[in-house]
Amino acid sequence: MNILREFKRGIIQENAVFVLLLGMCPTLGVTTSAFNGLGMGIATTAVLICSNLVISMLKSVIPQKVRIPVFIVVIASFVTMVELLMEAYLPDLFKALGIFIPLIVVNCIILGRAEVFASKRGVLPSMLDGLVMGTGFTIALFVLGSVREILGNGAIFNQKFVAEDASTIIFFILPPGAFVALGYLVAIFNRMKRERSETDN
Amino acid sequence: MVEEKKGPISSNFFTMVFVLTIVAVLSALALGLTYVTTKDRIRLNSQLETQRAIRKVLPSNYDNDPTRDRYTVSDEEGEALSCFPARRDGKLVGTAIKTYSDEGFNERIELMVGFDPDQRIIDIYVCEQSETPGLGNKIGQASFIEQFRNISLQQVPGFELVVGREIDGITAATISSRAFCDAVNRAYRVLSRGRKR
Repeated sequence: MNILREFKRGIIQENAVFVLLLGMCPTLGVTTSAFNGLGMGIATTAVLICSNLVISMLKSVIPQKVRIPVFIVVIASFVTMVELLMEAYLPDLFKALGIFIPLIVVNCIILGRAEVFASKRGVLPSMLDGLVMGTGFTIALFVLGSVREILGNGAIFNQKFVAEDASTIIFFILPPGAFVALGYLVAIFNRMKRERSETDN
Repeated sequence: MVEEKKGPISSNFFTMVFVLTIVAVLSALALGLTYVTTKDRIRLNSQLETQRAIRKVLPSNYDNDPTRDRYTVSDEEGEALSCFPARRDGKLVGTAIKTYSDEGFNERIELMVGFDPDQRIIDIYVCEQSETPGLGNKIGQASFIEQFRNISLQQVPGFELVVGREIDGITAATISSRAFCDAVNRAYRVLSRGRKR
């Protein structure tokens, strides 16, 4: 198994946000700043790795007809654990992400990876899959959060680089701006991917 | 039928109930364990946050623990507000009041307002707000909060701060500015009511 190729798959070919367009609720909701995007991405990655691990271990004892309820119970437990740990040890990030942490449960990437990957493969490949898909998700959220923070607040990682009272494009911080920014990023991403595949041929 | 063959365990009533129950019980155990280990730390965090807010809005020369001397006074709506008195040698040097407003644009706004013994506002700290980013959330900016410093509500008509009269609202965020004043006014009413008793 080529680890580098796996990462390329998770980050570029099957990027959860830019290619599969999965998990749009946290993607659009929390990416008001680079820090929030990064935090959400890492939290999701942690849940993804843990749930992939447990589900790949349990795959031979889960009856086919109740697999989805079992997946959801496992995922929801890990999300709640991440939520409690974050509230205890990273209170600032917890405050910033708020309602979106419980919503990791309904992030389709996690259930999707459990269904198409972890329930059919071994433990190590499943954990690696969680890591690479989570990394792709994190990078996408970080890029989207950075773009929105730079345009909307004139800042990056809360460090303002424009005057305090300068007017910025607030639109990009608000929900509609998330859709527009994501649309442009998907377009740029597709363009880059196409150019790559053309040079490869 | 084809689908059932794929599953290593056949999906009959007993296996389904059994596996789901076991998984749920194990998950509950893991959750309980996490809850117990993080509980104290979470409570400590919220206490630290309150203490940070109190320190921000009160003079630093007190020698008691305002969180220990906390008392509550209920407002007109019957909600109990926490008051944190700061004393030096037993003499009151200021009171911090955790106040709120539901008039905001989104969820409840929570502020910590510090008053000196003459009921003048010392400083204000925004504990909780979810106003629109870039517009309403400017209520947290120093330039807005500065306007409130040293105001004595006793000398204000109707004992109430009004946006456009004493306070310059934030452009394009009148509702958030009004909600902020509403919370401060509530703190003042609670302070004077607590004093009368």
